Amino acid sequence: MTLLELEGVTASYGPVQVLDGVSLSVPDGGAVGILGANGAGKTTTLRAISGTVRAGGRIVFDGKDIRGLRPDRVAALGIAHVPEGRGTLGDLTVRDNLRVGAYLRKDRKGVEHDIEYCLDLFPNLRERIRSNASALSGGEQQMLAVGRAIMSKPRLVLLDEASLGLAPSTARTVYDAIHRLRVESGIAMVVVEQNANLAFTLVDSATVLETGRSVLTGTSAELKGMDEIRRAYLGG
Amino acid sequence: MGKFVQLVVDGLSTGSIYGAIALAIVLVNQATGLINFAQGGMAVLSAYVAWELTTHGVPLVLAIIASVVFALLLGAVVERWLIRRFEGGEPDTAVVVTIGLLTLLTGLCGWLWTYNNKQFPSLFPLGTVSVGGVSISIRSIGTTLVIVVAMVLLQVLFVGTKLGLALRAVAINPESAAFSGLRVGRLLMVGWGLAAGLGAVAGALVAPQLTLTPGMLDGPLVYALAAVILGGLSSPVGVVVAAWIIGVLENLAAVYVSFIGFDLKVAVPFVLIFVVLLVRPQGLFGRKTVVRV
Repeated sequence: MTLLELEGVTASYGPVQVLDGVSLSVPDGGAVGILGANGAGKTTTLRAISGTVRAGGRIVFDGKDIRGLRPDRVAALGIAHVPEGRGTLGDLTVRDNLRVGAYLRKDRKGVEHDIEYCLDLFPNLRERIRSNASALSGGEQQMLAVGRAIMSKPRLVLLDEASLGLAPSTARTVYDAIHRLRVESGIAMVVVEQNANLAFTLVDSATVLETGRSVLTGTSAELKGMDEIRRAYLGG
Repeated sequence: MGKFVQLVVDGLSTGSIYGAIALAIVLVNQATGLINFAQGGMAVLSAYVAWELTTHGVPLVLAIIASVVFALLLGAVVERWLIRRFEGGEPDTAVVVTIGLLTLLTGLCGWLWTYNNKQFPSLFPLGTVSVGGVSISIRSIGTTLVIVVAMVLLQVLFVGTKLGLALRAVAINPESAAFSGLRVGRLLMVGWGLAAGLGAVAGALVAPQLTLTPGMLDGPLVYALAAVILGGLSSPVGVVVAAWIIGVLENLAAVYVSFIGFDLKVAVPFVLIFVVLLVRPQGLFGRKTVVRV
């Protein structure tokens, strides 16, 4: 069953057309990558889904047209956006960040249980549970951003450049944990990632954007086999 | 000795008024990241509403409660239909808008109720109580207690409740907060409403002493801003303590430091601000903001 379907999605910042026909299909429990050069529209595609940028075309989540909904409505439907730059709440502690993530939930016990799960998934956060988010390292902030997203018990996570600015080994740790999360929870994901090697550890299929348009879609295996993909995104 | 205690208690009482307005400013700042210069103006308008009701025979306590409810709505409306237009833009623009709003509200009060002083009935009896041979005015004690209760409630709201957590989250990063399903607009209205309600309490407490005029809170607003800087924008307890320090020092300096006297006591808080900004820019109780990139 298809969980998220984008069809001919367009978006512009002022007079500049950034998206010019993006199509994407995410099956329930699946993970789809978005590849592309800087400025191809990867981040804007995620922002169109989460309602933080005005978009045209069709965006259907779980059979419901969500295009034009406010971001908090989109979140309430079960889509958690982990934005570029992480978006952690600097002046709040790690625990409070996680509690904000669970804001819409009423099951107190479930929330406590899921906080434990996050700390289990990201053991670094356990030691920093009382620290302000602004005092964390970049890697820890990224872990917290993912943790906050899953605290809302989403059906779909939008992951934007989770490796940005991290040391390779830290990025690896973050992606390993997200992979474990995917296996254990079955949450569907849309993954934007500069580092295609990392992305392919997580996604089953991917779409390639060029100047705001989907130009190629395939399974991870198909894409990894293509010379132009290897040259452009996999470093040889 | 008796004179000293009396000066301190009176200082605490006037300091409490500065503290209440400072608390309202902190509340708005915690919820929206803005400094609202119209905080005093909104409180004065609420005080006029209470006064108008008392002239129609409504009992004082009910009139004050009604004015607080009016202020809650006023704050929410101002946020929704005025400040909202400037959110997400330059913060300076929104601050200038609040200064404009202060001018507008002052003019509105003058137009509706004239600029003549109005006698506002006191919530507390005028008498004094004797504590250890020192007589202290009941009004001073009552005012101080009300503000202490307000301060504690506010601290509990922000630190101990889900609503407080949500208000803080929205203030830090509205977009991120929305990603977690927080209704940003609604929460901002709540923050502004609560602040205006608190301001209305301060207005009703100070009006009997200053007598009600449209510019009644202009002076206290300046002291409140001083308290905010002194105490630190992030600390409700800090700003109230700072407001008390200002109120008490101002009183003591006027009487005991001969070259200051009553003419120069206005300068005391500003000298304090100057020193604090030099030595501890985040305020006496504020946390230093560390930005990590």
